[in-house]
Amino acid sequence: MSNEIDLNRRKALKAGSGMGLLALFGGLSLLRSTEALAEWNKAAFSSKAMDEALTSLGVTTTESNAAIQLTVPEIAENGSVVPVTVSSSLANVEQISILVDKNPSVLAASFTFPQGTEALVTTRVKMGQTANVVAIVKADGKFYRAAKEVKVTAGGCGG
Amino acid sequence: MANPMKIRATAKDGVTEVKILMQHDMETGLRKEADGTLIPAWFITEVKAQYQGRTVLEAQFGQSVSKNPYLLFRFKGGTAGEKVSVSWVDNKGESRTDEATIAA
Repeated sequence: MSNEIDLNRRKALKAGSGMGLLALFGGLSLLRSTEALAEWNKAAFSSKAMDEALTSLGVTTTESNAAIQLTVPEIAENGSVVPVTVSSSLANVEQISILVDKNPSVLAASFTFPQGTEALVTTRVKMGQTANVVAIVKADGKFYRAAKEVKVTAGGCGG
Repeated sequence: MANPMKIRATAKDGVTEVKILMQHDMETGLRKEADGTLIPAWFITEVKAQYQGRTVLEAQFGQSVSKNPYLLFRFKGGTAGEKVSVSWVDNKGESRTDEATIAA
């Protein structure tokens, strides 16, 4: 008898914890819906590896192209502020993304260019260590890639 | 309340160059306080620049963008005296919009 009661108690406990999980998922889906409104590409920005980030950006194949100019310093004395300029003479540039292959979050920034805006952007990124800065340029629906190594003498994680 | 951005817009030969300096900590969520507690991630996720109601640049940021993010871009059109506005939103839902007058 006491065993049976014990069993029921366990069932009740299980059900209770199930409810807790449900509530948690409810909360998560709420969060998701607000993100969808903002259209911020969470999957791409939380990617920990280059391949993962590229897939989340919808990049399948990339060609290297001499029409992309990626300007970065050869040596960065301060990894917390590394200037990066990407420009391209390709026609119909729609998007430029900047990635750092050894950072905890690989994708740094992604820019969308409406008609009439030049295919050029300068920003500054953090680099935890010596790594490749990769620029992905989307032009006429195709993806092009350029990469350059930046030697970091002091990491950007202490920020 | 978030601090104002510094925006400088200059028109030359039919092209307006816009430089933006946002004031934001851009915490990665990986740094720790002296006592070892993790500082939560807090960073700008989206930036939008507009000229005469038309979007001239849209950006999405991740944690790897430096503290006090800097942006430079150029768009066709724009004359001295007209306005360029820039807004950002961060991952906590805070936002800020600032305006600058295009200089010659």
